Amino acid sequence: MKSHVWRPLYAVVGIIALILLVRVFYVPKDFGIWERGFMYGWHNKDNEEFWKNFPVKYKFDSTYCKDCHSDKYDSIMQTPHAIINCENCHGPALDHPANPPKLTIDKSRGQCLRCHFPLAYPTSGRANIRGIDPEKHNPGIECAMCHNPHNPKLGGSK
Amino acid sequence: MITRRDFLKNSFTGVAGLALPLAAIEMVSPGKLFAAKGDKAKVRWVFLVDTYKCVGCGLCVKACKNENEIPYDANVTRTWVERYVLTKDGKVHADSPKGARDGFTTTRIDQASAGYLDIKNEDIKKAFFVPKLCNQCENPPCVQVCPVGATYQAADGIVLVDRTWCIGCGYCIMACPYGVRFFHPKYHTAEKCTFCYHRITKGMKTACVSACPFGARMIGNILDPNDPVTKIIMTERVGVLKSEFGTKPQVYYIGLDEEVR
Repeated sequence: MKSHVWRPLYAVVGIIALILLVRVFYVPKDFGIWERGFMYGWHNKDNEEFWKNFPVKYKFDSTYCKDCHSDKYDSIMQTPHAIINCENCHGPALDHPANPPKLTIDKSRGQCLRCHFPLAYPTSGRANIRGIDPEKHNPGIECAMCHNPHNPKLGGSK
Repeated sequence: MITRRDFLKNSFTGVAGLALPLAAIEMVSPGKLFAAKGDKAKVRWVFLVDTYKCVGCGLCVKACKNENEIPYDANVTRTWVERYVLTKDGKVHADSPKGARDGFTTTRIDQASAGYLDIKNEDIKKAFFVPKLCNQCENPPCVQVCPVGATYQAADGIVLVDRTWCIGCGYCIMACPYGVRFFHPKYHTAEKCTFCYHRITKGMKTACVSACPFGARMIGNILDPNDPVTKIIMTERVGVLKSEFGTKPQVYYIGLDEEVR
């Protein structure tokens, strides 16, 4: 056969060889078919470690806060607010008190209105929470000016 | 005319072929192989949502965005809360402004380009909140369509995305029937809920579960018969979203309404 037939074939074979060569170096060693098979488990095994080692920000462990802030802890535990985790308002603890030494507290009206905006929705627990109309109830003032979030009854205000 | 040589050759080939057991040409699935090796999965993460308990405060969304480094002001989130208001005239109104990152602090329904709709309390037939997150499907369509093997299902059922391997084609975002995937605004790769893989593998609860003051969200291991979540799923009436897709979603809902999509 004449060479003009063979020449493109050589080119194709060369390209395939090049792709295979690049693949050997480019594809990581742990890339393969793992537990869930070809359809669902075809991946770089090492990446599971990436997600396992992702940094944790929230402790969500109120006993951690209790050791130093026992007054606040004891106070809130007596109230319906005991169900709210400290970090929901105080922000992620990270390595507090080492880093950051001070947490940013969310004192916004919006934070309180998440639950205390009245929505009388049947079949939802929201209907059972007491609420206020934010446009009529002392607009523009932080709720914590009158209500102590750690002891939210008006009588227990600061 | 058949020669003696050909006859013998064909006979041997035939006998050898017949002697070959069917098992020898069976394609062994990697799942079976791993199971035979004895390192069977002991954990299969599942999620349980009690829609009666959810009040739509959105503290779960806030915690999720902070914990998983999802840009706070970008309108994308790994988990969100939907509000459903069913009125007496038979209409269904649903919204989730900013994924309920700031909760629901108005009675008006956000209808996007159609503006806001104010619904009077006396017109409401039913109204409730439904938290949504990745269903960690047993047959994840998002993984099936990935052309490069960047998204995958780990042995414990969690579907993860390899940010270094994702090419950003967006097939998985189109494939997910639950709309839980999006592009990460910073990494420009597919992003999804991981059930806080870094927390659950350390024995902690997910950020959304811990942040919920009302216990509306729970996570458990369905392979552990003593797990409280497993007990509820096995003994109580629970539903899943879009079961007709055959994806076998693993987020179970208590009190799921038929109008929830």
